[in-house]
Amino acid sequence: MTTLNSYAEQIEALAQKLGLDYYPVDFELAPSSFMLEIASYGLPVRMPHWSFGVRYIHQMIRQTMGHSHIFEVMFPGDPCHAYLVNTNSMAENALVTAHVLGHADFSKNNQLFARHQEMAGGHILEQAAAHANRIEQAFAKHGIAKVEAVMDAALALEPHVDTHRDLHRMRYAAKAIKPEAAPEADFQARFATLPGESTASRALPQAPLPMAIPPHAEYDLLWFIANYAPELDEWERDIFLAVREESFYFYPVFACQIMNEGWASYWHARLLREADFLPQELYLSAIKAHSDVVRPIAGEQQTALAVNPYHLGFSMWEHIIEEQGIEAARRICREEDDFGFVRNHLNAELADKLGLFVFSAKENGEIKVTTRDINAVRESIIGNKFNYGSPRIAVTEMKNDGSLVLQHDHSDDGRGLDIERANQVLKYVARVWRRPVTLQTVDSKGQPRELSASRTH
Amino acid sequence: MSPFRNIAAESPWYDLFSRGARDWLRHNEKVRDAVKQSLPDLVSGPDALTNTQDRTVVVPVKLLEHARFRLANADEQTGAGQGKGEPGDVLRPGQDPGEGDDAGQGGNTKGEFQLAIEFKMDEIVDWLWEELKLPDLKPKQSPALNDNDWVREGWDKRGPRARLDRRRTMKEAIKRRAVQPTAAPFTNDDLRFRQITQKPKPSNHAVVIFAVDVSGSMNQTQRKLAKTFFFFALQGVRREYAHVETVFLAHTDDAWEFTEQEFFQASGSGGTVASSVFRLSLDVFNERFDVNRYNRYLFYASDGENFREDRPAATALLTELAQQLNYIGYVQTGMIGPGAAQTELAQIAAELQREGFPISYAYLSRHEDIWNAIRTFFQDQANSEAA
Repeated sequence: MTTLNSYAEQIEALAQKLGLDYYPVDFELAPSSFMLEIASYGLPVRMPHWSFGVRYIHQMIRQTMGHSHIFEVMFPGDPCHAYLVNTNSMAENALVTAHVLGHADFSKNNQLFARHQEMAGGHILEQAAAHANRIEQAFAKHGIAKVEAVMDAALALEPHVDTHRDLHRMRYAAKAIKPEAAPEADFQARFATLPGESTASRALPQAPLPMAIPPHAEYDLLWFIANYAPELDEWERDIFLAVREESFYFYPVFACQIMNEGWASYWHARLLREADFLPQELYLSAIKAHSDVVRPIAGEQQTALAVNPYHLGFSMWEHIIEEQGIEAARRICREEDDFGFVRNHLNAELADKLGLFVFSAKENGEIKVTTRDINAVRESIIGNKFNYGSPRIAVTEMKNDGSLVLQHDHSDDGRGLDIERANQVLKYVARVWRRPVTLQTVDSKGQPRELSASRTH
Repeated sequence: MSPFRNIAAESPWYDLFSRGARDWLRHNEKVRDAVKQSLPDLVSGPDALTNTQDRTVVVPVKLLEHARFRLANADEQTGAGQGKGEPGDVLRPGQDPGEGDDAGQGGNTKGEFQLAIEFKMDEIVDWLWEELKLPDLKPKQSPALNDNDWVREGWDKRGPRARLDRRRTMKEAIKRRAVQPTAAPFTNDDLRFRQITQKPKPSNHAVVIFAVDVSGSMNQTQRKLAKTFFFFALQGVRREYAHVETVFLAHTDDAWEFTEQEFFQASGSGGTVASSVFRLSLDVFNERFDVNRYNRYLFYASDGENFREDRPAATALLTELAQQLNYIGYVQTGMIGPGAAQTELAQIAAELQREGFPISYAYLSRHEDIWNAIRTFFQDQANSEAA
């Protein structure tokens, strides 16, 4: 413990000397059971819901079967919180400490992280724990079934937020429709100039016309339901806003995964390389752990049908720093997210070196290499990250009877929705919205489909 | 200041409970609720009737999925990969379809596995009785139908040591010392012994005859419905009586006794003569199950299409059965509707019920009807006992 502490202090000093700039990091050692929960919930203490139980079991099985090993989890904020597994070896912990400092630097300087932290404050762990606590209270007060129904809906819509708008967002401004000024006739103009009593404006004050809600296609479904659901109780709104706040918190992590993991990997490699205070053998086993993490292809295989974000990000940052220097890298780190990072900085030469390709998998399981064209490779890497990795669905109309109309941008997404799941989600939503809910999409043949659900009890 | 805090040592709060495990249990609870909805399907498996003591049913269930909006599966999935291979190279020949991308959020289709949940039969039956708000069966209130049992009654100053009532003895001692403060703590006079005596007790033996019509007109579905109904009817009887015996009879134009295993496989091709099975039931009851020892029940399933010529005989025998038995349940499989009441057997059953005999009847055409049938039977039975 004391050696780890002293290494950690020296690694931090070295990081600061090399110009890493970050909010303080709280390191904690935690047992692997706790890490397992963090991995399933995404946060150390998060609202209870049965769906997390399912993830928990999946995660536990993956871990028992050795498919997944978690060294650390780091939560950006001010301070940042990093949890290290207490079964890590000394070498692994030295590596992980350096890695976490890389994340901490990234999350303070990257504009997307910075914007989200500014909106949400830097205390997500405490906030999430408070949400969990409020939901426990709701369980006690309203019964688990009722609260769960609300959470079913809110968590199903978790990625359907509009991160381009603010976290704390006002309701739509009630726009007054200005009464149209009558075209001023010549006569009236001259009449007004005559001496005598001024004539009061005769235009009647016109009530502002009720504005259509929503005034534009609304992609922030959680926000919209929280604000405009016809009979939502305060505690139900609270759940929607809690889920939305956590969703906003997760977005930068999701949208910068390649950059962020690559940046942290670059820094742990560099910090360890320059850490002359580490004993030789510890350095060697740490580097061994490093290469396990950033290796592109598992074991003896020749190809991988996935791109390891650690490896891709790490290679890209090394390439950028080699070619353009650390200052350019820092600028890129500030300005980009994964979309810009991959499109602007993954060039053909590097993609070739890494052996990136696009493949297609047919129904019967046949998998073929389709192309190595750089543009196709880029789009394929970021393809499943658009719109928080979810179909684009917007509220387009709230009818006079309060029913809700959702529209799926099937032309943007390229195909329709999975109908069975969409129906289920509509059922969740209808229970909260308390009025009929319809969703327009297309079926597998491209024919328009309208799904609908209404509250059953 | 040390940046490391070992929270396991400082605040072992999370060792006390596991949120993950709790949510997992909640998931399982939801699965159980879902399984309850499909109980009739689960219990109509083979040998469900006799082997129910301490029996459990293991039900394989899928994990529940918390649905989210997802795009429909594309005919051809694409993804980015890394490694050797030129455009056109086949990386994996077509066989089991695999998932290309691995970067999505929490696994949806990956690593699907099944959960096996074990249900106790008793538990299932208790749910049902609760759900259907069914009354319990009532043993027949007849002086003949009694077992003798020893029960405690009164106290005496003499008796075997084993029946010494310490509390009463102590009370006596305290009362005595209240007036004789210096006396010995206990005397022989203080001793009180429980006395026992023989009292008649309602019998806890029951016999149930299940009779089914296996003529050509009863198809597989109808038999399965009948079997499921029998199962729950038997559970209802088991709830009340400690010792339940079962007899399985099947008939076409003649009737035979079967073991349970053979009972539902049995099939015949003859016509339907219900009086044959009623006669056999009567014989079985009278020869093997003494009216003084047993509460006796008959459940009979048929599609109702009895030979018209058999009507007088069937009516007479069923009336005789109704006079002797605790209760008779008749379920008619097949159509439901105005036509159902027009069948031969439905008419006989309705007539007997009108005359006040302990019999009730119900129609089964789908699984959902079983609940109605069970409810009809148990509630009618309770009403007739009360009357």
